[in-house]
Amino acid sequence: MAAPAIDPNAGLDAEPILRVEHLTMRFGGLVAVNDLSFDVARGQITALIGPNGAGKTTVFNCITGFYKPSSGRIVLMSDGALPGPAIDALTDTSMRSRRVGDGGIYLLERMPDSEIAAQARVARTFQNIRLFTGMTVLENLIVAQHNWLNRASGYSLLGLVGAKSFRDAEARAVEIAVAWLDRIGLKGRADDPAGALPYGDQRRLEIVRAMCTGPVLLCLDEPAAGLNPRESAELNELLLSIRDSNGTSLLLIEHDMSVVMEISDHIIVLEYGKKISDGTPEYIKNDPKVIAAYLGVEDEEVDDAAAELDQ
Amino acid sequence: MDYFLQQLINGLTLGSVYGLIAIGYTMVYGIIGMINFAHGDVFMLSAFIAVIIFLMITSLFGGLAIALALVLVLIIAMVLTALWSWAIERVAYRPLRGSFRLAPLISAIGMSIFLVNFVQLVQGPRNKSIPPIIDGSFVIPVDGGNITLAYKQILIIVTTAVLLAAFWFVVQKTALGRAQRACEQDRKMAALLGIDVDRTISLTFVMGAALAAVAGTLFMVQYGVVNFADGFVPGIKAFTAAVLGGIGSLPGAVIGGLLIGLIEVFWSAYFSIDYKDVAAFSILAITLIFMPSGILGKPDVEKV
Amino acid sequence: MAEAEAKRVASDERAAFDWLGALRDAGFLGLLTLGLSFPIIAFRTRQDLWQGLVLDPRWELVTVLVAIAFTARFCWLVFGNRLAGGVQSLAERVGSTLSPLKSYTATFRLVGLAWLIAYPFLAVLFAGPGGALKWIDNFGIQILIYVMLGWGLNIVVGLAGLLDLGYVAFYAVGAYSTALLSTYFGFSFWLCLPLAGIFAALWGILLGFPVLRLRGDYLAIVTLAFGEIIRLVLINWVELTNGAAGISGIPRPTFFGLPFNASDEGFAAFFGLQFTPLHRLFFLFYLILLLALLTNWVTIRLRRLPIGRAWEALREDEIACRSLGIDTVTTKLTAFSIGAMFGGIAGAFFAARLGFISPKSFEFMESAVILSIVVLGGMGSQIGVAIAAVVMIGGTEMLRELVWLKAIFGAGFDPTQYRMLLFGMAMVAMMVWRPRGLISKREPSIVLHEKRAIGGELVKEGQG
Ligand SMILES: Nc1ncnc2c1ncn2[C@@H]1O[C@H](COP(=O)(O)OP(=O)(O)OP(=O)(O)O)[C@@H](O)[C@H]1O
Ligand SMILES: [Mg+2]
Repeated sequence: MAAPAIDPNAGLDAEPILRVEHLTMRFGGLVAVNDLSFDVARGQITALIGPNGAGKTTVFNCITGFYKPSSGRIVLMSDGALPGPAIDALTDTSMRSRRVGDGGIYLLERMPDSEIAAQARVARTFQNIRLFTGMTVLENLIVAQHNWLNRASGYSLLGLVGAKSFRDAEARAVEIAVAWLDRIGLKGRADDPAGALPYGDQRRLEIVRAMCTGPVLLCLDEPAAGLNPRESAELNELLLSIRDSNGTSLLLIEHDMSVVMEISDHIIVLEYGKKISDGTPEYIKNDPKVIAAYLGVEDEEVDDAAAELDQ
Repeated sequence: MDYFLQQLINGLTLGSVYGLIAIGYTMVYGIIGMINFAHGDVFMLSAFIAVIIFLMITSLFGGLAIALALVLVLIIAMVLTALWSWAIERVAYRPLRGSFRLAPLISAIGMSIFLVNFVQLVQGPRNKSIPPIIDGSFVIPVDGGNITLAYKQILIIVTTAVLLAAFWFVVQKTALGRAQRACEQDRKMAALLGIDVDRTISLTFVMGAALAAVAGTLFMVQYGVVNFADGFVPGIKAFTAAVLGGIGSLPGAVIGGLLIGLIEVFWSAYFSIDYKDVAAFSILAITLIFMPSGILGKPDVEKV
Repeated sequence: MAEAEAKRVASDERAAFDWLGALRDAGFLGLLTLGLSFPIIAFRTRQDLWQGLVLDPRWELVTVLVAIAFTARFCWLVFGNRLAGGVQSLAERVGSTLSPLKSYTATFRLVGLAWLIAYPFLAVLFAGPGGALKWIDNFGIQILIYVMLGWGLNIVVGLAGLLDLGYVAFYAVGAYSTALLSTYFGFSFWLCLPLAGIFAALWGILLGFPVLRLRGDYLAIVTLAFGEIIRLVLINWVELTNGAAGISGIPRPTFFGLPFNASDEGFAAFFGLQFTPLHRLFFLFYLILLLALLTNWVTIRLRRLPIGRAWEALREDEIACRSLGIDTVTTKLTAFSIGAMFGGIAGAFFAARLGFISPKSFEFMESAVILSIVVLGGMGSQIGVAIAAVVMIGGTEMLRELVWLKAIFGAGFDPTQYRMLLFGMAMVAMMVWRPRGLISKREPSIVLHEKRAIGGELVKEGQG
């Protein structure tokens, strides 16, 4: 097979914010993720693609702490921390995180889910939307700001007596929420139950709810699933604006190639839990392995089929 | 040694009864994911039915052999208790299928309260005792002492074993058993494939109740006393047994039942009889906290 | 046009009414009743001194029951449609007359409060000082205790979605700590009241810590187990708790040091009033009213704080909560312990009200009753819980009043026997009728433009 002529890493020189190393996840006998390593670049959009059942959601669940990986290391480097010996030193201890300079390094495989969201500041959405359907749109976004608001309410003591400091904090939280709602055009529906929104709006609401936690890394599991082309385009815009104006790094799983190719800076392709390709959209588009994976045939079969045609 | 063996026999006897009740819990939980809170009271009801039928038969056909009488009692009690359980499912649970999660549980608690008070009302609050049905025992000398193996204990263990085998056959080998397992896996899909889900669920209740009636009859044989309040504690213990064995697993229910019976008997024998129920409840709590899937249950993975 | 068509179809239906089918259906129910009545109703067992257990046949009763079942079913099949239609339109009419009232909730609340405050006086006014005892004690105080317990449990079940079947344990902790502290150490009621709340909250944390990672029915069963363990320990630890005989002689609450008795230092003497036992009842009534309102106030406040929203979010979707960085264990523990605290305070009140407690008051039944009040009220709805408590507790208390039924069923008829039987039936019926409870709507906790209640079908009930 001819080597692709395109440089897989053209224009990808950003430092990593997340480094996944030798990640393996087994469910009984099934190896859903097999010795997977990749980087997510800071301030960029990285896409994780692959056929159904390739293990993409499982990777997300390992990164966000919902599953405990069978083995491997997942390091998040926030606020300018860089890969380096500090990480190995931390790995040798039994600690989960350490501050380095202005930033911090976090060994996500050691942390439970809610701490990953709260301390390492990795937010996520779900393949099956998980909004608080019986709460209003606004409430959803306020709940997302729970941790700092709860501190501001003096762990409810100040809040119970209606202290001004808490009322101010709450007003500020509402402001943040409303600003996000404005960005997705849902301000008018702030008082509607989230479960009553159309599907596309629910998807975007789930994304901004995750953003309300103030993440450094946002993981989106198939954000464009079930969207029509117009909604898809709006989503692209939203994701790009999150990258550009909030400086949040994005990792997304997506089947919709129009979304993936248009907005990703970097793509990783999984098949049967293994990485089969990794590079720029341009590179991925032309990688025969990827094409074969999406056609669902082995390389040799492609060759065989070609040979048959020739005869 | 003899004391130990004696307790072992007693524990197995008691455990058989718990195991029989536990199957009703486990099957219903397996198929509709609901704790049938009234099941313990269905057991109590069946014991009353057995006592009354037994009295009727002995007074009608005084000379009838005890064995024949017991077989008749067993069959009639199974049928009548199954009828009750069928009616209960029909009235209190079926309308709530697929509704709010707490509703069937509350409804089942309501049904349990109803059954207790119903039996109290129609049969009176006092203990009902009958003279021992089966007397006599084998006395087996064991180094240094004797253990007694009462005939009724043999009867209980053998009946349990035989009925469980029959029941196992039904669940494993018949179309009904297949339909049950299909409904357990995926009720919607089963319905699409032409399985009558309502009927299957009804039959599950019926089978569970029939086994509870076996337990009720054996309870009568063993203790000779029934009371309207006798459903709650055995019910909870049988539920504990089901959980301990792994809820949803039939062999698990039996193993759990035997274990609970043994633990209870040994606890009473070696520690304190006052705290035997505390021991049972503690085991329930500890099992659920540390191994919620029990001994034979499938681990409950949380898919995200 | 369409109307005429509908009428024609309806009349066709009537013409083609399947009498045979109705008969068959009713006949089936009659037979079923017969099957269910045999032998449990048909023969009453009686312990005879000489003959052992004997059977008294009661075939007349069975015949009556079967006849009732048959006729009722038959009439239902014949007239039921019309009746159901009538009931439905009536309910709709009532609903539509009531709906404009919703905008006056503030006024409503004031009127309700005024009525509650005036209640003991009204009772005296209408029933006289002697008759009022019952109305204030059995109805007023009793119902308010359950309202408070319902509100306390509502935090756990209704808001946080954690199914707790052992709530009565905290009620017991409150009652027993009050009883023990006051009888052993002579602590006053006013000191015991907050202490009982604190102890119950601590127990809530202690029990909650291991169990709160369980979900759904498993949590329910473990809480039930803990509730039973506590009760069994209370029964068996005779040295401390006096076992099943209970603890008596618990000092009654005083009015800021003034006891309610006929002595010269008593409340009546101090205020120059004629001594009457009503004073104590009035005081207890207002005390429990105050405690219940406190529970309500705290709950309403907490619901609008981050913690309350986190509870509700937890009920909606625990996994989503974790993805947002909410510490679910702490959040659940706060709900569990705050709920427990109110249960404990109610327990302290209960102990001091009667001056006597025994494990009998803390059986599983109590937990079941409180839980059914919460679920029937509509999980999370404060006013729903209060209404449910009035209906369930008031309703069953009402049965005691039905002595006139003796005139119909003979002197041997004791309506209180049917109390719990009907209670159980009512629980089933209410669930079948309204599985989501009386008030299933949810009020948002924060509003940007305009407050709109959220339909119950969107509100989740929690997995925990
Ligand atoms: N909790 C679990 N227990 C057992 N197996 C699991 C679990 N979660 C995932 N799997 C299995 O791991 C494999 C990968 O699943 P995963 O959901 O990660 O795929 P995916 O790439 O996200 O697919 P899709 O594109 O369909 O979402 C599948 O075979 C799946 O059945
Ligand atoms: Mg997936």
